[in-house]
Amino acid sequence: MIKLTTPISKSDRLSLKSGDEVLLSGIIYTARDAAHKKILDYLKSKQESPFEFDGQVVYYVGPTPAKPGYPIGSCGPTSSYRMDPFSVELMPRGLKIMIGKGDRSENFKDILKQTQSVYLVAIGGIGALLAKSVLKSEVIAYPELQSEAIHRLEVKDFPCIVAYDAYGNDVFHK
Amino acid sequence: MLTIPKDKLIQAVKDMAIDANINLDQSVVKKLKAALKKETDRLPINVLENIISNQDIARNEHLPICQDTGIAVFLVEIGYELSFEYDLEAALTEGIRQAYIEGYLRKSVVDHPLKRKNTLDNTPPIIHMKLVVGDQLTLHFAPKGAGSENMSRLAMLTPGAGKQGVVDFVLETVRLAGGKPCPPIIIGVGIGGNFEKSALIAKEALFRPLEDQAEDPVDRELESELLEAVNNLDIGPMALGGKTTCLAVKVNSYPCHIASLPVACNIQCHAARKTHVTLKGEHND
Ligand code: SF4
Repeated sequence: MIKLTTPISKSDRLSLKSGDEVLLSGIIYTARDAAHKKILDYLKSKQESPFEFDGQVVYYVGPTPAKPGYPIGSCGPTSSYRMDPFSVELMPRGLKIMIGKGDRSENFKDILKQTQSVYLVAIGGIGALLAKSVLKSEVIAYPELQSEAIHRLEVKDFPCIVAYDAYGNDVFHK
Repeated sequence: MLTIPKDKLIQAVKDMAIDANINLDQSVVKKLKAALKKETDRLPINVLENIISNQDIARNEHLPICQDTGIAVFLVEIGYELSFEYDLEAALTEGIRQAYIEGYLRKSVVDHPLKRKNTLDNTPPIIHMKLVVGDQLTLHFAPKGAGSENMSRLAMLTPGAGKQGVVDFVLETVRLAGGKPCPPIIIGVGIGGNFEKSALIAKEALFRPLEDQAEDPVDRELESELLEAVNNLDIGPMALGGKTTCLAVKVNSYPCHIASLPVACNIQCHAARKTHVTLKGEHND
């Protein structure tokens, strides 16, 4: 089991191998379909990024509302392929670590290799268990998107598996 | 006249929707535990152990099993001796609205597929009604997540394609889906009818008890053949390899046109949440 803390250094990122199990701690940011579209629209109109992506981790999740006394509700990954058209624009701009579930397009993999990015998966459908690794959650952008808003999560030992490493190795069986 | 009081119906819907999202049926848990015993590799074991422990945490802490608490799907069986002086669909909708707001469930429904404004209460549900003999109302409910629903497919095969055509189509569907629908999956297959009927009977197949078998011997054989073939694909839990890609295959069939062989494949993830309730008609005079 590999323990990593965000922001993740280039050497740590490049040392990951597909199939590795990772426990992630620190700050990660949530974004899914609607937030990705907003980030990309911003990039295209303003020619600059609304966020500093360097070393940061984006997690594809839309949590359930937190019950009183809990920092977050259930919070497992959503399918990543829907973010492919956005990710291929964001990887060259510095977003190099993404967490989701399921396989992704060939185009995504090509850009991943070119930019030496890494794609991690969390186990889908275990949102109650994954919530135990989240210490804090706060909406930092696009609150109107509800569960799809960008949340800043503080996580401790959040379990992931390396799906595609920076060299394009692929963990999936097809 | 015999009816179901509106308040009682709304309360029953609210309770069942919250319950289904939190408590995974024991028939699914049993299959997951049996699957875990068969796996030998590190990653599939890790995935299945986590899935099993997740549903325990959800049950004990009253948390949704999965963050995708779905779009609400109802199969409603209405005894023809019942009559209603209120809008039954509106009452089901109200029950869902209350469940998703008060039960801390995610609101995952948008008002229009292209305008995409969240309705903020997870309504409307999808409701299929049919009339049956008797004086009872049975509600079958499933919160259907998009991860697995999005991987479902339908094809209008030619009669000549036959059984092999159906098998090939199902296997292709599972392969294309890979890890996206959170395997191990359950597959509902509808063969025959027409375009929409095949999809509906595939959905109804997913509502069948996990342990049962199709009544028709041809469908029954297809269920066991498909289960074996799918599990030989070595996709495995979350597509990380392994013996368990699928927990069960359910095949429903219906007569069809001489020129048709529709086949629909409805995918259900391991978070196979569903429940049902039967309400007996009451005299309201
Ligand atoms: S496919 Fe099922 S288990 Fe996976 S995220 Fe969607 S609803 Fe949850």
